[in-house]
Amino acid sequence: MSDITTLNGGSCIAFKGKNCVAIACDLRLGNQALTVACNRDKVFKITDKTYLGMTGLASDVDTLRSAFRYRLNMYRMKEEREIEPETFAHLVSSTLYEKRFGPYFIEPIIAGLNSNNEPFIAAADLIGCLNFAKDFVVTGTASDKLFGMAEGLWEPDLGPEELFESISQALLGALERDALSGWGAIVRVITPDKVIERTLQSRQD
Amino acid sequence: MSAGAGESAYSFSLTTFSPSGKLVQIEHALAAVSQGTTSLGIKASNAIVIATEKRAPSPLVDDTALEKVSVICPNIGIVYSGMGPDFRVLIAKARKSAQAYWKIYGEYPPTRVLVQEIATVMQEATQSGGVRPFGVSLLVAGYDSARGPSLYQVDPSGSYFMWKASAIGKNMTNAKTFLEKRYNDDISLEDAIHTALLTLKEGFEGQMTEKTIEIGIIGTSTVGPVGGSGLKAPLFKKLTEAEIKDYLAL
Repeated sequence: MSDITTLNGGSCIAFKGKNCVAIACDLRLGNQALTVACNRDKVFKITDKTYLGMTGLASDVDTLRSAFRYRLNMYRMKEEREIEPETFAHLVSSTLYEKRFGPYFIEPIIAGLNSNNEPFIAAADLIGCLNFAKDFVVTGTASDKLFGMAEGLWEPDLGPEELFESISQALLGALERDALSGWGAIVRVITPDKVIERTLQSRQD
Repeated sequence: MSAGAGESAYSFSLTTFSPSGKLVQIEHALAAVSQGTTSLGIKASNAIVIATEKRAPSPLVDDTALEKVSVICPNIGIVYSGMGPDFRVLIAKARKSAQAYWKIYGEYPPTRVLVQEIATVMQEATQSGGVRPFGVSLLVAGYDSARGPSLYQVDPSGSYFMWKASAIGKNMTNAKTFLEKRYNDDISLEDAIHTALLTLKEGFEGQMTEKTIEIGIIGTSTVGPVGGSGLKAPLFKKLTEAEIKDYLAL
């Protein structure tokens, strides 16, 4: 229980749909079994159509969030364009691998639409080994449960509303079985013309 | 031995302002460039062509080893006018920079980003101690998904320009005048190659053959797989002697 990667708890999941992607996370921040806060969003906006979810050690999530803010601002100014989700995934990977022998204790997932509005999702381990999935990616203390839920609920070519429904059920189902995740959830569905953001209620125990 | 005799006496920058506000060393570097062989670049509707005169100092030189058009990364190539050894240094730095970019982003740099990196290296040589400016001007031809085909010129001062067509080296003034007359926006790659050859021919000393010129092209007609990824993108390609011979015959 003194494992640093599960100290704070929390989980993230991303689904690929048809011309859309969804990314969702729970809201818990804990200190081992003690719940400290229930408003901790773990998904961050990278560009209008790319989002990054990070679970693991909360302080490292904060550190990396500002590290990516810096790198993305530099990218935007130098290249005079927004970063593509594929390119951002490589940036995440190389940023994490820089600390290969003293890693950040986080596992990221990336979801977005590229400039051709093709859906893209990816996950990485704590040292940046990328996994370009064609269906779904999961991370966090409930990742084993999320795998099970996603295996059952994910279907190819879901539209934005169906995708929202299926990712929400997958996340809520997994949260029920994980003591370190839960206390509400936020789901974002990224479509070519808008991002649908919804907060979900869940059990408070 | 006094401290001034060794390093410190010349560790200040050799490029210093003259009272009139000129940096004379940079002007001398530009003079070195304008003594170099002519190079030129043309932007076609969906491609770039760069070309240069290649002159062996003696007929005894084995000209198969001479190379003036260099590949930096799959989507970018460079040609120069001026001092060959200085160019080699810049090539090495540019290639390193392109690979460093690849290590971070998993793709090769857009033309403009690489040009900025090279320009920074060249600018540093105008402001650092113990060095002289690079005696070369470069024409950088590249293709990227953000901006399509683009042609840049980088000068010894570190300033860079984006061109539709430009020339550097010995015959640059005449070549530019010629290009101004011939250029229009929607020429094909084939037309651009022929315009390049015609421009080089103006003021070419001696016989223009496949042995005495080099041509590099990149555009939507030179697409191939990039690295091991299997993704296809325009690749910079040097024309072979046989290909150049065919263009010269037309």
